[in-house]
Amino acid sequence: MQQKLGSLFDALLPVIATLAALAVGAVMLLFLKVNPVEAYAALWDGAFGSSNAFAETLVKATPLLLVGIGICISFRGDVINIGGEGQMIIGAVLATWVGLNFTGLPGWLTITLSMMAGFLGGAIWGGIPGVLKAYFSVNEILSTVMMNAIAVQLMNFLLRGPMIDPAQAEMASQIPQTARLEEIFRLPRLAPTRLHLGALIAVIFAVLVYILLWRTTLGYRIRAVGQNPHASRYAGIKVQRYMVLALLLSGAFAGLAGATQVFGVNYRMITDGSSSGFTGSAGFNGIVAALFGGLHPILTIPASILFGALLVGANKMQRVVQVPSALITALNGLVVVFVVSSEIIRKRRQRRREAVAKRDDETPPPAVEAGNKKIQQAEVGS
Amino acid sequence: MDPIIILQAGVATGTVLLFATIGEILAERSGVLNLGVEGMMLIGAMTAFSTTIATGNPWLGVLAAMFAAGLISQIHAFITITLQADQVVSGLALTFLGTGISLVLGEGLSKAGTVSLLPNFSIPVLSQIPILGPILFTKQSVLVYIGYLFTPLTWYFINHTRPGLNLRSVGEYPSAVDSLGISVFGLRYFYVFVGGMLAGLAGATISLAVAPGWFSELTTAGQGWIAVGLVIFAQWDPVRAMFGSYAFGALRRLILDVQGPTIIFGLNNPFYYNPYWGFFLQMLPYAFTVIVLVIGSREAMRKRLGAPAALGNPYIRGERGK
Repeated sequence: MQQKLGSLFDALLPVIATLAALAVGAVMLLFLKVNPVEAYAALWDGAFGSSNAFAETLVKATPLLLVGIGICISFRGDVINIGGEGQMIIGAVLATWVGLNFTGLPGWLTITLSMMAGFLGGAIWGGIPGVLKAYFSVNEILSTVMMNAIAVQLMNFLLRGPMIDPAQAEMASQIPQTARLEEIFRLPRLAPTRLHLGALIAVIFAVLVYILLWRTTLGYRIRAVGQNPHASRYAGIKVQRYMVLALLLSGAFAGLAGATQVFGVNYRMITDGSSSGFTGSAGFNGIVAALFGGLHPILTIPASILFGALLVGANKMQRVVQVPSALITALNGLVVVFVVSSEIIRKRRQRRREAVAKRDDETPPPAVEAGNKKIQQAEVGS
Repeated sequence: MDPIIILQAGVATGTVLLFATIGEILAERSGVLNLGVEGMMLIGAMTAFSTTIATGNPWLGVLAAMFAAGLISQIHAFITITLQADQVVSGLALTFLGTGISLVLGEGLSKAGTVSLLPNFSIPVLSQIPILGPILFTKQSVLVYIGYLFTPLTWYFINHTRPGLNLRSVGEYPSAVDSLGISVFGLRYFYVFVGGMLAGLAGATISLAVAPGWFSELTTAGQGWIAVGLVIFAQWDPVRAMFGSYAFGALRRLILDVQGPTIIFGLNNPFYYNPYWGFFLQMLPYAFTVIVLVIGSREAMRKRLGAPAALGNPYIRGERGK
């Protein structure tokens, strides 16, 4: 019975972590002289208040989930990918280029090709730091962050130069954006809301990534390299190759996230000069969602919805109680703080349980005793 | 395109990286990797600017910035040292937290007007030295001069004093430090705090001296991450960190200056006539960081120089092999 209560407690830990983060957030709101109840009510209403609001939450959750399942792959391989922003941008650029130039093909084919281009673009942008890590021992955290900054400038160049909307190029305003995608090349909507096919694609890929990680040799090897690279090398796994692969796949899903943003939401690429202007910081928030989901692709689905809700609700909160929506960035940080800390609590409880179990069968059966003696003798002998 | 001006400005902007990098070196030397530098710098820049607006005294702004950033670094210290959680994840969380808090509290600060800045001055005799005088000792901010003194002092502290030996030991072999009755946790908390204070000082250097004002995330524009990269390039040595920081500062200024003139090296300046090409110039500091990391990591491997042995590992008393 106590054990059952214990495992229930473990399952509830992320929820408790979220509540703790919201509590600290409430203190911050009080500090800003805002009634936290009113603020959180607005947040809830903005995220779940109507079917449109909920659809908007799912739309925001889609890139988080795609980035998040990629993060599951890389973190399981003990490769830290902070480059989701840049990978989304490069994926979106390539996908948009395909969508604007392959106009002679049927709609479904161009969309498929575009999504594949997005996947490829992210894979390239993730693969570079992967190669640098595996073969030049360059810290991937730093190289992926730098690749983000490089991708932003590349996007700014392309959207003002070669890829600018021909209509804008004629005008004095020169808004940095591409031309609009034709209607047949957009991801179809799923309901009379802004919810688009990308959400379904993301869920399907979450299941596929689960199968990849736990039901295939490839996934097993990625995880083995993550757990113990030395043992993996000893077992004949080509460690460097799987490091590159983990980052490459991680980047590929971020690239796909970028592509779905263009083809499902904006129908064009537009920049305000920063990365978050296009990605909505999904490249970073996807990491938070994946960590919250325990680096499990299926559990990342509800985690993404939670963080999507926070992001959508924050806009409403900003309108109603005039709190900057950047508060959600701080809340995300707090959630990670509490999730990481609660992880430690779980580990300690587990250790205590094991210690108790050990104490309970302190006197081993005679056969084991004899076996131990034999081992000891063998050790002395060697 | 005057090289003297580029280097002079490079030393000034490089001072930001200098403080942040040396702070991170101290924290990492004690065995704690703190990826939250960017967040702590934003906290510092915002606190310095708003405190100076409120009080009119930029020195109070600097102190408040150092204290605020040091305070927030203690969240990371508690999670990684006491709770023994993953340093990478906690550092990322600190980046989110610092960025979010500074953006929320800094809302509207960009329109708050001008503040009294830290003084700039020339050093009487030294500024007369040819070449070095105009670069290093002419009309620099007081913080730049502090940086000159700070680097050799930190180097001496780390390598030639008893507390410096303790610092190095706790990063290399904490159980040896523990066996001498010196608190591993205490030392690590302290150096994470110092690292946080220096990141706060770096932020204050931006908002009160080098590029005055508050421009939300663009205030730091990823310099916190470059600082973490420079630590590897510097091989955890403050003197190398200083040269790296100034080189990066000069690069930033060079990028601005290259886009100005119509003719460069006797040719039509492509960056003037095609302004979009400027974006490629703006990639340079980040591309350069990657190159620096490739070179730094290879050199470290060749010379078998490396990170402090216990970097990234929590200290658990009585556990073998730590």
